[in-house]
Amino acid sequence: MTKSWHQVFKGLSGAPPEPVAAAETGGEKKGGWLKRLRKGLAKSRQTMQQQLSAIMFDRLDAEVWEQLEETLIYADCGVASTVHVVEAMEQAANQGIIRDRDQFYTHLKQSLVDMFAVGDYQIDVSHQPSVIMVVGVNGTGKTTTIGKIAYHLKREGKSVLLAAADTFRAAAIEQLVEWGKRADCPVIRQEHGSDPGAVVFDAIAASRSRGSDVIIVDTAGRLHTQVPLMEELKKIRRVIAKQIPEGPHETLLTVDATTGQNGLIQARLFGEAVAVSGIVLTKLDGTAKGGIAVAISHELGLPIKLLGIGEQMDDLRPFDAAGFAEALVAG
Amino acid sequence: MFDTLSDKLQDVLGGLKGQGRLSEEDIARAMREIRLALLEADVNFRVVKQFVAAVKERALGEEVMESLTPGQQVIKIVHEELVKLMGLASTKLTFSSRPPTVVLMVGLQGSGKTTACAKLARQLIAQGKQPELIAADIYRPAAIEQLQVLGKQVKAPVFTIAGGKDAVEIARKGVADAEAAGRDVAIIDTAGRLHIDEALMQELAQMRSQVNPHNILLVLDAMTGQDAVNVAEQFQQQVNFDGVVLTKLDGDARGGAALSVKAVTGKPIKFASTGEKIKDFDYFHPDRMASRILGMGDVMTLIERAQETITEKKAREMEAKLLKAQFTFDDFLDQLRSMRKMGPLAGMLSMIPGIPKQLKQAQIDEKELDRVEAIICSMTVEERRHPDIINGSRRRRIAMGSGSDTHSVNQLLNRFKQMQKLMKQLAGGKKLKGLPPELLRTFNV
Repeated sequence: MTKSWHQVFKGLSGAPPEPVAAAETGGEKKGGWLKRLRKGLAKSRQTMQQQLSAIMFDRLDAEVWEQLEETLIYADCGVASTVHVVEAMEQAANQGIIRDRDQFYTHLKQSLVDMFAVGDYQIDVSHQPSVIMVVGVNGTGKTTTIGKIAYHLKREGKSVLLAAADTFRAAAIEQLVEWGKRADCPVIRQEHGSDPGAVVFDAIAASRSRGSDVIIVDTAGRLHTQVPLMEELKKIRRVIAKQIPEGPHETLLTVDATTGQNGLIQARLFGEAVAVSGIVLTKLDGTAKGGIAVAISHELGLPIKLLGIGEQMDDLRPFDAAGFAEALVAG
Repeated sequence: MFDTLSDKLQDVLGGLKGQGRLSEEDIARAMREIRLALLEADVNFRVVKQFVAAVKERALGEEVMESLTPGQQVIKIVHEELVKLMGLASTKLTFSSRPPTVVLMVGLQGSGKTTACAKLARQLIAQGKQPELIAADIYRPAAIEQLQVLGKQVKAPVFTIAGGKDAVEIARKGVADAEAAGRDVAIIDTAGRLHIDEALMQELAQMRSQVNPHNILLVLDAMTGQDAVNVAEQFQQQVNFDGVVLTKLDGDARGGAALSVKAVTGKPIKFASTGEKIKDFDYFHPDRMASRILGMGDVMTLIERAQETITEKKAREMEAKLLKAQFTFDDFLDQLRSMRKMGPLAGMLSMIPGIPKQLKQAQIDEKELDRVEAIICSMTVEERRHPDIINGSRRRRIAMGSGSDTHSVNQLLNRFKQMQKLMKQLAGGKKLKGLPPELLRTFNV
């Protein structure tokens, strides 16, 4: 079922760390994350989920399918993935597999879980050093995600070094330095406006002299449509590959859960440019359902690796397809 | 890829020419396409429903049923309805008769508030105002530093309380400071917050009652999906904002969120943030947004970009050269570069409506353009002016110098010759209409 961080990191030796006391992560325990996901929904107006639960399931007629379609569209799953699910469900109904409410939900959740079953859910830190590059559009939560991954890696006994390769946005370096302090990791940095490739080069050199296990590279947020900036990203990748032939071992794309259909284009274009290995779906603590993750996994075959559900250290979680599907459809 | 709505409507309705009238069934099919297009553009599905109903009513009217080009007619109706929906409110800021005019910027995390604050300040300065920025985001690490750096860039003072723990107090003292300093606008940057975070929304409501802002702007990411209406409704309830700043419009998001928010809250989109640079900030143009949502291309933006990169003088020089058929490789390189400065060719083509689908789908290989540039750069000045002198050994040298092969050099030379020929024909008096096909072929499209 729910995976632990210990399971998510590939290449760990040693036992999983003791669970943290709630106080240490900076927040009171607020129940399961599923519960927290739903808390947001309860506050939004009447949800589609309530409407879906109100459907008469003894008659699986057009109204049911239309309602299902709207539920999925409303969750930002996109037209193509929605049609895929609805058609599969209709087919199952025609074959007599779905007859009542319970079967309807079980089947629906399973279809969604199946759509997430692509790629490798783990984050590879088995190399010495392993390089994780984090990319994404402006404001999707790259720096925050890096701070949290670093924190969890540290807890698993890895030494982590952060590379401040976002040299563009004002005060981005300071933000990463702050996270470095919180996670207790050194941050390799240069001046604002310097060449991100050079920062990465320095970071790799520093990791060698310090013997760091993992280097996490923060990059500037950029829109996937900006060709020169995407070229810059490819260059950063080349700089890494030249120093560490198999690197980067992970390239994570942060996608804001509130993003609509553009998220799919983002994932495709970042994927083409820098071979994204997995998605971090951030900001799921709002009322957005993050259905774009379904479309990204289904249409591009990219695994969702982590979920961000809040600002605290412990609010970045390994992705759990079953739980996510549950939150997406159940009232 | 997703076809544009206009293509689809042409397919559905265009073939009916000559058959007389449209049936209700045809209209229903067209409405389905419109619905899908709007959903793909992230317009909220409730809004889509209402909108499609309104369009259908008009489409069933005579103007479409009897039209010879029903597809275009429907597009026109959709476009008009979109503009009507998004554009019937003022986009101007409210200025107080007793300065400073207070502007409060609110929004979710990562929507671009801090950047938008600085961009707005720059725009106000350009209009002769004297804004002061107030950094009241005490939560995100380094947010205050970010505003301070941006403030320096746009030459606006930034107020904050170092180590301050009370955002409301910073806002209040900031406004007082702006007043004392005789600034006429005070722009307050607040922390990004979730619309369901009660404590933080309370803080915002408190800030509102303490500083009495004349304008509250909700900063919204153009890429936002269906959730945009929830966000907007919650912010409306808590702080009753006056308008929206739509950010990250330089991407390829269709921006249906703009339509949703306007439809649900009635609050207009006032500003659009369209790029990385501080000056990429403008009033919102509903007609352009409507075209964008429909995937109809954005000719105005393209024209503006062209005006920025190609000066009029240069254009006139070029025209003269073309007419005298003195077009050299230097000119060609010049044109190629200024064209590429406008952005990737594929992006430009997508902005032009009416470009045939095949052309849009053609893979425009930017690398091929690099190669063309490299080949020209490997020519001597003499060779660029008089390509005729390029013989076998020169070809080999150029190929070596540009890292290509003689075949590619030959190809370019041949195409260039064809182009010159074409120019000579055109110089006969006919006006040049659009790009000559030979030129397009050079770009492999």
